Amino acid sequence: MAKLPVQFRLNGSDRATFVDPASNLLDTLRRGLGDFGPKYGCGQGTCGVCTVLVDGEPQLACLTLAASCEGRQIETTSGMADGPELHPLQAAFMDHFAAQCGFCTPGMLTAARALLAKNPHPSRDEVVEAISGNICRCTGYEPIIAAILAAADAPGARRA
Amino acid sequence: MLDLRTCASLSEAAGIVSGDRQALLIGGGTLVMREVNEGRLTEGTLVRVTDPAFRQISAGGARVELGAGVTMAMVLANRELACLHAPARGIGGPAVRTMATIGGNLFAAAPYGDFTVALLALDAQVVLQSGYGSGRAVSLEDFLSARERGGQGLVTAVQFARPQNPPELHFRKISRVKPKGISVLSIAAYLPLSGGRVTQARVAYGAMAPTPIRARGVERALDGKPLDQAAIQAAKQAALEGCRPATDAIASEWYRREILPVHLGRLLAGEPR
Ligand SMILES: Cc1cc2nc3c(=O)[nH]c(=O)nc-3n(C[C@H](O)[C@H](O)[C@H](O)COP(=O)(O)OP(=O)(O)OC[C@H]3O[C@@H](n4cnc5c(N)ncnc54)[C@H](O)[C@@H]3O)c2cc1C
Ligand code: FES
Ligand code: FES
Repeated sequence: MAKLPVQFRLNGSDRATFVDPASNLLDTLRRGLGDFGPKYGCGQGTCGVCTVLVDGEPQLACLTLAASCEGRQIETTSGMADGPELHPLQAAFMDHFAAQCGFCTPGMLTAARALLAKNPHPSRDEVVEAISGNICRCTGYEPIIAAILAAADAPGARRA
Repeated sequence: MLDLRTCASLSEAAGIVSGDRQALLIGGGTLVMREVNEGRLTEGTLVRVTDPAFRQISAGGARVELGAGVTMAMVLANRELACLHAPARGIGGPAVRTMATIGGNLFAAAPYGDFTVALLALDAQVVLQSGYGSGRAVSLEDFLSARERGGQGLVTAVQFARPQNPPELHFRKISRVKPKGISVLSIAAYLPLSGGRVTQARVAYGAMAPTPIRARGVERALDGKPLDQAAIQAAKQAALEGCRPATDAIASEWYRREILPVHLGRLLAGEPR
């Protein structure tokens, strides 16, 4: 089967690649384009570790058809820091020990980033809801919730 | 190998889906891509639709029409669709809702299909297009009873009469994992009141049969009655009529049968879960 050409913006840079017709975005990012920010957990949509932003909305890269991303804006955790300066969410995750093994962290950061872009001052319930599709086997979630709430109050946290 | 066809019009997609047994429409892909990732779907053609009509919402008038490609997130972003916010919010986490379409939900096997349960309580119609011609509307109930036979073509839209009083549509999803978990069961009930009595109750269940079903016994028990203790008791007694729940990883058939009347009773009495 012929490969299909796909072009999109990935973390602000134009990228072009060829994909198999039924390839998912996660494989395309990791194997095709070397962006290892989003992780491969379940491949079923249940763990949330592959969450990326497509045109600003959270999507599961493992269930997203790569070919449907033509012309879209894709953002991953690889593009969150501004040079050496961490994104306020990344800094808050460090300050609040919101990562142990760190495997869920890219998905959690992306889910939180999508929330704060729309709702800069979320309630605790809204934070819980925003990360409800993301599984963490280590932290018990509380440090993650605290980090997101802290980032929401941090100066500059509105920067999506 | 799987192929992909991207169609700019709904009729082109309908033509392919009805002419090729191995062609499969991909909506949000939340169920289709699982099959691909797990190696269960390896042959045939995935059909993608980019026609704007597929994602169109017409919700201003007395009759609501939603393109089958409308996502749960789009429903939640639309204030005119407030009566459907609870079922839309019940589906997966935010990233699933950005992708999951209402058309795909009509095909989701039990215990999925929660949004369809609400559409059933609204007595929705499904617009089916099976060739290059125009679509035909069939009742959602008939569509669901024919679903297992397959080959119905493409769903282009769903339509329903806007509830006169949106709070009269009640929805509950019962799951074990909070805040998000797969349904043990779900219940939607449209209970319009006139002069203090229920008129033309429509009640539907998810995960209590292979597809979402109407609870006819409950509807009969409630029609023409005030929503008092006696009517609620009669509804609970009729609750299991027509139910054929499965035993699966989420719950046993026994458990589903035990808790359905309890949750139905609480919903009708306006009690918290
Ligand atoms: C983590 C997770 C949690 C979930 N939680 C829930 C939940 O709580 N409740 C629930 O009900 N569901 C849930 N789902 C299942 C699923 O996301 C939804 O049911 C969704 O609405 C399916 O829509 P889709 O567009 O993604 O379907 P797709 O995967 O695109 O399609 C599913 C099936 O429907 C067919 N199809 C889709 N659209 C059409 C059309 N217009 N015409 C003809 N055929 C069509 C496809 O060919 C395919 O056979 C969950 C899924 C995941 C991954
Ligand atoms: S890898 Fe995508 S949700 Fe688990
Ligand atoms: S830190 Fe280990 S899974 Fe979340």
